[in-house]
Amino acid sequence: MNRNILFSIALLLTLALSTVFSGVSNAASNQLLIEVEIPRMNVAEYHRPYVAIWLEDSNRKATQIALWYDLDMKDNEGAKWLKDIRQWWRRIGRKAEQPFDGLTSATKGAGKHTISVDLNAKELKALAAGDYQLRIEASREVGGKEVVNIPLTWPIKASDYPLKASGNSELGDVLIQVN
Amino acid sequence: MKIYTPLKALLSIGMIVGLSFSANAHRAWIVPSTTNLSGDAPWVTFDAAVSNSLFVPEHVPLRMKGLMVQDPTGKLIEAVNAHTGKYRSTFDLNLVTEGTYKIGYASGGLRASWKDKEGKRKRWPARGKEANAADFATEVPKSADSLKVSDSYRRLETFVTSGEPTDKVFEPTNSGLELIPVTHPNDLFVGEAAKFKFLFHGEPAAGVKLAIVKGDTRYRNDQNQIDVVTDAKGYVSITWPEAGMYLIEAEYEDDKAKAPATMRTGSYGATFAVLPL
Repeated sequence: MNRNILFSIALLLTLALSTVFSGVSNAASNQLLIEVEIPRMNVAEYHRPYVAIWLEDSNRKATQIALWYDLDMKDNEGAKWLKDIRQWWRRIGRKAEQPFDGLTSATKGAGKHTISVDLNAKELKALAAGDYQLRIEASREVGGKEVVNIPLTWPIKASDYPLKASGNSELGDVLIQVN
Repeated sequence: MKIYTPLKALLSIGMIVGLSFSANAHRAWIVPSTTNLSGDAPWVTFDAAVSNSLFVPEHVPLRMKGLMVQDPTGKLIEAVNAHTGKYRSTFDLNLVTEGTYKIGYASGGLRASWKDKEGKRKRWPARGKEANAADFATEVPKSADSLKVSDSYRRLETFVTSGEPTDKVFEPTNSGLELIPVTHPNDLFVGEAAKFKFLFHGEPAAGVKLAIVKGDTRYRNDQNQIDVVTDAKGYVSITWPEAGMYLIEAEYEDDKAKAPATMRTGSYGATFAVLPL
């Protein structure tokens, strides 16, 4: 009972804060464009990497942004390797039902891929103001695993962008823009 | 690991039911192929053996008899595809229920050792026999040379998780030495501290000696054993230096035994995977 009340209060506070702070954010910033480069690999056996993108607050509370995996395999066999996106699996994957509606897509090959994140989406609107990390983790079968972390502040302030980062092995350049 | 004399004597003559030790240096272990799994009803396979080198089956297999598998609801389930070979037993589990499974052995009760009039070492229960408490009075002499009677418990386990880790299988049985996680054993990462609590017969066990060794010992010159001891409330904290599969061995002993036993002992062994970040 007490826990329910506390939860309701926390929820109300979160909603109140997000209402207050959404007024501060640039009204024109409706989309976050995340461009992720999957590097070309000169290897005998290549499998497209599984990639997870999520936002994590300072308490490691995670919000899913995107998931690329072999979602079309027979009997959902592709889900067997989701655990190999290790940090994501720990923070968010193992707690959630896959696929994430609207956030999940097939794996992508070498090249630059852009996803657009609707900043007016309910889950993102509800986020409390503060310091976050955008985390991009790639895990490749018979290959390596890498996480790129990009610190950012919520709510999004257009003048802070673009943000750039890059991986060393499994991820290439990452560019984040506000639209 | 260092085992002091009374326990060493017990172990060296293979007193512990369910596990066949022939020398105290041998280590028993159950190693899962994977500890954290995703997907629908994933499968995991296990090796179970007693050996010196971790985790190389090179001495004797652990027998399937007595192996217990608990699903995330606490229900006992059967391992499948079991085979006992020269050096190891192997078996599989299909994790149809999401959560944490416990796989292991537990045994214990009164144990005795003594020397008969000819100076020959005797033990109760005899090798291969089960300890039947009702027979103790007739089969163990009231007094004998080097007579030692103990209330001894042994536990060996490992854990695997499909999806999110759960805690049901960690409910204490209040028998012997048990590990109660503060940090879940399927949520261990290199560089992070893990905290566990030890209980003996359900009470916090202070002074439990732990010896922790990472696998692949044959590919290095030093065991790199980590030695830690539980505090007054039974807690211990370990910071994992490297990712890998670890064997955790713990020993407890006190003199609070009820007659005819003069001491209580508990040993605990577990294999935990520590993942890289």
